[in-house]
This record gives sequence, structure tokens and C-alpha cells, in this order.
Amino acid sequence: MATLNIMVLVALAYVTLLFAVAFAADRAAARGRARWLRSPLVYTLSLSIYCTAWTYYGAVGFAARSGLEYVTIYLGPTLVVIGWWWTLRKMVRVGRSQRITSIADLISSRFGKSNALAVFVTLVALLGTTPYIALQLQSLTLSVVAFAEADPTREVAVNRQSTAFWVAAGMALFAILFGTRNLDANERHHGIVMAIALEAVVKLVALLAVGIFVVWGLSGGVSETLARIDRSAIAEFEVPGSRWVGLTLLSAAAFLCLPRMFQVMVVENEDERHLRTAAWAFPAYMMLMSLFVVPIAVVGLDLSPEGANPDLFVLTLPLMGGQEGLAILSFLGGFSSATSMVIVAAIAVSTMVSNHVVMPVWLWLTGGSAVMSGDVRLVAMRARRISIAITLFLGYLYFRLSGGGAALASIGLISFVGVAQFLPPLIGGLFWRGANRKGALAGLSVGFALWLYCLFLPSFGPSFLMPVSVLEQGAFGLSWLRPQALFGPAVLDPVIHAFLWSISLNTLIFIVVSIFSFPQPVERLQGAQFVNVFDHSGTTGGWTGGLAQSEDLLIMTQRIMGAQEAQALFAAAAREQGIGGYLPEPTPDFLVTLERALAGSVGAATAHAMISQIVGGASVSVQDLMAVADETAQIMEYSSQLEAKTQEQERTARQLRQVNEKLTQISLQKDAFLSQISHELRTPMTSIRAFSEILRDTGELTAEEESKYASIIHDEAIRLTRLLDDLLDLSVLENAQIVLNPEHGQLGGLIDRALMGAGLSEASIRVRRRPEDEAISLYTDLDRLAQVFINVMSNARKYCDAPNPELRIRVLREADHVAVDFIDNGSGIPAGEQGTIFEKFARVSETRAGGAGLGLAICREIMARLGGSITYVPGQEGAAFRVLAPMALPGQATAAQ
Amino acid sequence: MGKTVLLIEDEQNIIEAVSFILSRDGWDVKIHANGHDAMDAVRTRRPDVVILDVMLPGKSGFDILSEIRADMAFKDLPVMMLSARGQTRDLDMARRAGANRYMTKPFSNAEVLDAVRALVPT
Repeated sequence: MATLNIMVLVALAYVTLLFAVAFAADRAAARGRARWLRSPLVYTLSLSIYCTAWTYYGAVGFAARSGLEYVTIYLGPTLVVIGWWWTLRKMVRVGRSQRITSIADLISSRFGKSNALAVFVTLVALLGTTPYIALQLQSLTLSVVAFAEADPTREVAVNRQSTAFWVAAGMALFAILFGTRNLDANERHHGIVMAIALEAVVKLVALLAVGIFVVWGLSGGVSETLARIDRSAIAEFEVPGSRWVGLTLLSAAAFLCLPRMFQVMVVENEDERHLRTAAWAFPAYMMLMSLFVVPIAVVGLDLSPEGANPDLFVLTLPLMGGQEGLAILSFLGGFSSATSMVIVAAIAVSTMVSNHVVMPVWLWLTGGSAVMSGDVRLVAMRARRISIAITLFLGYLYFRLSGGGAALASIGLISFVGVAQFLPPLIGGLFWRGANRKGALAGLSVGFALWLYCLFLPSFGPSFLMPVSVLEQGAFGLSWLRPQALFGPAVLDPVIHAFLWSISLNTLIFIVVSIFSFPQPVERLQGAQFVNVFDHSGTTGGWTGGLAQSEDLLIMTQRIMGAQEAQALFAAAAREQGIGGYLPEPTPDFLVTLERALAGSVGAATAHAMISQIVGGASVSVQDLMAVADETAQIMEYSSQLEAKTQEQERTARQLRQVNEKLTQISLQKDAFLSQISHELRTPMTSIRAFSEILRDTGELTAEEESKYASIIHDEAIRLTRLLDDLLDLSVLENAQIVLNPEHGQLGGLIDRALMGAGLSEASIRVRRRPEDEAISLYTDLDRLAQVFINVMSNARKYCDAPNPELRIRVLREADHVAVDFIDNGSGIPAGEQGTIFEKFARVSETRAGGAGLGLAICREIMARLGGSITYVPGQEGAAFRVLAPMALPGQATAAQ
Repeated sequence: MGKTVLLIEDEQNIIEAVSFILSRDGWDVKIHANGHDAMDAVRTRRPDVVILDVMLPGKSGFDILSEIRADMAFKDLPVMMLSARGQTRDLDMARRAGANRYMTKPFSNAEVLDAVRALVPT
């Protein structure tokens, strides 16, 4: 029976299923139909990557070797989830608000966005994760080998190393496919979370199934099993209290600090409230996972041949019992544990490596000219992928180098101790504002060094990376420097020994250095934001003393209130406190007074934030900053209102000026008009009076003289009449009192009529026309249009100064308008006066005006009433006027025919 | 008597009327019908009195009067201004420009004659 082959096939099918689930989840999330993905249950199940192949297989081995000690591995996380849920909540909140992508990012952000710290944490995480990945590879390989050995046909010889390699390669592929689809690490990997949730179910079901089989199938029932346990050595194991406490602390620390746990717990978290569900569901999950550990271990020890690896009892017991299906399920459980952990760990670590190592180096190499965003995106994506491959390859390398020598459990604990070094800066950073970068770096360095020396290097076995002499006699032959018995006799086992020493020294140095060094401003701000992430109290918070530097406060206050006022305020406060000089103690009372004083100038929130910046121990929360922004917006709004008012006033003033100018102008125009009218009226009157007096008073006038003077009087009387007519006409036109009288007519006929009216005989001026152009039907006030034509024609007759005067009448037909041009061959109107000829009483200089200068003004008014216009056309042979008239009067129902 | 009057006026009928009245009184009437070269006319004609219209094509009567007064040879030349506008502002301007007499159109013939006679004592 080719059990191994079936197992391989089932495993492949299972992997395919995982790919499909991940793909479907990603698709659903991309379409926004991922509500079921956001279930707190999925979140809780994803936390189960804490239970890796190590817990799956190793817990039994652990129990077989050390009794109930394995419980500590579950106890730590349970304590954290139940008892420290508020720490988790803070981590999640900070992660959200700061857009944290990894634990390295969190620690570096907290301590002033220090890149050195980020790189260091990344390095520790990478080193800590590598053995763990190796462990998963090892457990998988061992389980495959177990299958192969159980296979009666023994056709296939399993090459452990190539198996491990291909498993690693496959997981790298999965991680790259589903872990690097989005660049923004803060975007959640729905596919992966869903896949690991499924794997969580599979491993739980598998382990429970094996447990049930062992208790009821192999052992013969509950009571029989309990009897076996009583008889077994496990019951007699005495676990030293220090080890219990140490291991529990270690697993608790690891649960918080493991990069992969941070990934699922913080980065992939959809909703803070999911933590509430996880607080009971996750311990329940772990309890179920550990339920059958002891029975399996005891029964395994009882039934297995001497020397069998207890780490593989979960697999070998079903195989031994001939339950191949169960064995395959059990294998899938282990497989699930291993793959989910490796994939998430690879993603978490690769995010750190690419963000904190590869990208900065690349940016530095390219001279910081990270030109196009597309470029950066591509590089980041590649960095992420390469980092995943590297992480898994390092795991494989560790697996090769360590030779699978150590027991599974101890490899896991080595990793735990490594990442546990993050605990002091993590917890300190979240809860202690005084924590700073130098402290974090110093503490981490010491802890990391101790871990390397005491645990990591020796884990490769004697004389591989560390000489046997060092291991046995201590570095430089100093026995107190023995890695596994630092500073004294080896009373504890190496892991607990290394953990306690490294974490204590790490914490101690972290605290001491933090206290005795000063943080940078960015650190202060970030520290406040991290520590007070839940602080909604905002500006209402009072001041709690602190190490405020009065001088700094004074300098700041001077900038805002001015030197004199600020110094007066400070001196008064100092007097009040009974202190000489000008600097008061920064008592809470004084700070409140100062804040109030500053608030008058810069607003309450800004004042609070400013003082917070100087006074350590006070808080600048996100709310504070928001309030500052609000205030600024209000001030800007207010000043923009003021500005608007000023603008409004300016506009009104400008309008008034304009109106005034216009009135002045109108008044001047009126004066000018009146004096023009006066002139135009008085001039003919003068002639009339003068000649009538001559006729009256002069006795001896000749008949011709009498007749001539009488004619002058007559003509001037007519001129006066005409002037009055024009004035009245203009007045009527200007006041829009005109009643139009539209009629149908032909343009040609109208021009004929106008020519006659203007008295243009062929003798005085030659008229050139194109009658074929003039066949245009009009529907307008023909009399008024004729009046315009007559006026323009008369002007030509009067003013054309050519020897052979000539008037050309040109008709142009436009869409619904007709343009009639009157062009003479005289010298035209000087350019400077073309603009004014349509004004009243405007007369072209140098010309002896026959009329009063109202003609063109009247024409302009008439054309405006007819919906057309009259304009002077410059650049023609002589004077040229264009009369533009609509063919049908606008607003009249009956259009032109 | 042979005294010369220079009439600077553009209105043909008024020229004719004034010429008629003054000629019959024995004045030698010279005519200049625009504003442009009125000053030249004053220089060449060397009149004993000038009758100057305010509204002339080319140059206003006030400007012409200023030019006359600016010339030392004519600073005392009697000048009577005629205006059809009849506003007090014009009267002020005429006086300031140095007019000896200001008359509003229409005028009576006798008035003109008396004024000219008064300006040039014989």
C-alpha cells in the first residue's frame, strides 16, 4: 500500500485547496464582499498560528520528556489574552493610528522613528525567526520520513534535505503570491488570513481526532488512560517552580513579541472589538489543542517501541494502529501548523527586511532621488518578495546546519528567548513616557548579545560556531562566562537561564539608560502619542508637575506674548511662589495660569500642546492635535471673514467712487450738452437778430440786400426749427418712448427713397450701387431706417472733399442681418475722432458743420431701437459707415418674407 | 477814420452781419474764420481792436487771447469776446484771459457798435 504516495497526493490537494481559499478570499475582499472575513472568529483562528508544528508535534514530546511543563507554553498566551487584553488593545490601537507595519516599525516609531532601532529589531527578528522556520521544516520532514518508514512497500527513499528544500520553496511561493499582492503592508492579507483560519480548524480537528483515537481506540477508554497516566513517569515529574514561572513568562513574552503574532494580532486586525472574542475563544482553542497531549504522550510511551521519537507520536500512533486515513489527517494537521506559521512569519519578517533594510539601502544607493513612485513601488514589491525568499532560505540553511540535532521544543524556545528581547521596549514604549531610544537600543543590544552567546550560537551544537572550550570553560577561560551558566553555577536549564539573564539585563539597562538620557523632541511627541493613545480627555487635563523647564517656557512665552509681558507674568508668578528672581517653579497652578494666558493669544489647544511639548509627563494626544488644527482653522476662518469684509468695504468704496465719477461725468456732460445747445440755439438767433435789426434800422438798403438778409433770417429760422426737431427726436429715442412702425419693404426701394430724401442728385455726388444685391426683403420701421440712410448720405454729400465725390453703397447679406456700407472717396474721418462722431454735438474738427452735430447720435439711437447698429468702418477709401440692420425686427411675430 | 477791426469768427452769417454794421460806421473790417492761425492774423493785420469768438474750429477763443496777451506787442490790444454759450464761467475765463469786453450772443447791433467804439477811443 502506497501510503506515502496517497499522503503526498492528499497534501497536494490540500495545498491546492488552501490556494483556492486564499484566492477566493482575496477576490471577495477586493470586491468589498468580505464581511464574513471580518468575523472575530476568523481573527481568533488566525491567532492560532501561535500553535505551530512545534506545539502540534512537540507538545507531546515535551510532555513525554518533562511532564506537564508543556502547559506553560499555553499558559503564557492565555494569561496575556485574558489578563493583558488591555495591552493588546493598546498595541492594536497604536498600530492602527500610526499605520504600523511590523513590530520593528512599532518600536522604531515609538522611539523617534529611529532607523537604527528598526534595523536592529529586524535583525533580531530575522535571527529569531530563522530557527523557528527551520523547526517547521524539520517537523515536516520528520513526519514525511515517518510516513515513509511506516510504508510497508518502502519503495521511496525520502531525502530529508530535498524534502525540506521543496517544502520551503513551496511556502515561499505561497507567501509571495498572497503576501505581496498589496504593497501597503497595512492593507490586510485577507487570503492568507482565511487560509490560516482554515488551517487552524484542520489542525484542531486532526489533533482531537488523534486524541480520541488514542484514548478510545488504542488505550481502551478514559479510565484505562487515566490509569496509564497514573502509572507513567509523567505523574512523577516534578517541575521546579522557577522553571514554571520562567517558561510561562517566556511564552507570554513571545506571544506578544513574535513577529508573526504581531502580524496577525495587530497588522491583520480588522476591528479592535475582535480582541474581546479572542480573549475567551483563543484560550479555549489552546485548551482543546492541549487536551489530549498527556494521553497521547503516555499511551505513546507505553505502546511505542523503545527509542521512538515522542515528538512524532501524533503521527506514529495512528500509523501503528493501521489508521492510515487518520494518519493522513494528522499529517495535514502538522502540515497546517507548519505552513501557516512559516508563511505568516515570512511575510512579517520580509516586511521588516524590505522596509527597514532593503528600501533604505536602495534609496541611499540611488542617491535619495527616488524619482517616480512607480519605481519605488516596483522596488518595494521586489524587495518584499526577495526578502521572503531569503527568510525561507535562511530557515532552510539553519535546518541544514543544525542537522536537526536538537529536540524540536528546544529550538522553539531559542526563538522565543530571541524575540522576547523586544518586550522591554515594547511594553516600556507603550506605557512609560520616559522610555527613550538610547535606553531601548542599549537594552536590546545587551539582551540580544546574551541571547546570541548563551543560546543561539550553542544551538548549532558544540564546535560548530562556538568552540567546545568556550562552551565548557567559558570565554577566555573564565568560568563565569560559560554560555550556559553565566555569572554562576548552572542551576537552571540553559533556556530559562538565558531568558532570565537576558531579559533582566535588557530591562534594567533599558530603564537606567532611559532615565539618564534625554529623548529627542520627536521621541517625546511619539511617546506621548503611544502612551496616551486612549487619552480622550484632551485639553481638560490638568497639569501634573513634571520636569518642566521654566526657562524653555519663558522663551516660548516671550515668542508669543512679547518679552516684557512674558517676563512680567513669570516674575509675578515667582513672587507669588515666594521665590526671588524671574523664574517660578513650574507648579501645576502656574502651568494652568500660563496655559490660560497663552490661550488668549494662540488658542487653548495650541497652548496646551505647546506647554506639553516642554513639560515632560504631560500629554499631547491626537485629540490635542486635532483641537489645534480646529483652532487654526477657526482663526483662518475668522481672518478670512475679516478679509472678506475688508474686500466688501473696498468694493463698496470702489463702487461709490465709480458712481461718483459717473455722476460727475454725467453732470459735466449735462453742462457740456447745455452749453452746446445754448451755442447751437444762440448762433442762428444771433444771425436772425442781427439781420432783422439791420433790416429795421438801415434806411438805404438795396433790394438785393434786403432779399438776401431776409433769406438769411429765413434759413436760420429753419435751422433753429431743425435743431429743435433733432433735439426732441433724440430725447424721444433716448428715453425709449419711440413707437416703431414695422412695414414690409425692399432694401433697394428704401435706398432709392433715401437718396431722394438726402437730395443726392447725380450732379453733386456720384452714387455707385449694385441693385442685384439690394433685392432683400425687410420687415422693420422703414421710415426710421430711411432716416438713418438719409443722414449718412447727407454727411457724405456735405463732407466728402474729393474733387469728384463719389458714394459707393455696398450691401452684404449675413445670416439674418443686412449690412449696408456707405463709402465715399473723401479723406475720411481722422482716426482720433472716429470714436466720438456718434456722440451728441460731435463734429469733426476743421469742417464747417451744416447741422448741429446730432445726426449720427440720432442714427445710433435709431439703430439701437431697430436691433442693429451703425459703426464707422476704418481703413476704407474715404469715410465709411456700416449700417447693420436685422431683416426682421426682433420681437415681431411676422418675419421677413 | 480808418481804424481796423479784426473779426475772428467762423459763423458766416454773423461775419456778414458784424461786417455790415462796422463797415457802415467806418471801420476797416478784417475777417479771420478759424482758430488755427488767428495769432498770425493778429500780427499781420495789426488791428486796433479784435472781436474774438469763443467757439472756433481749431482753437478756442480763450487760447487765442492768451497768445495775444503773451505777445508784448499786443498786451494792451483791446479784445472783445463773443460767446454763444452764455455761462458765467465763460465770463470769468474771458476776464482772466485778459478780455476787455465780453458779450453774449445774440447781441444787438448797437451794443456791438458801442462796445467797439468804447474800446478804441477816437
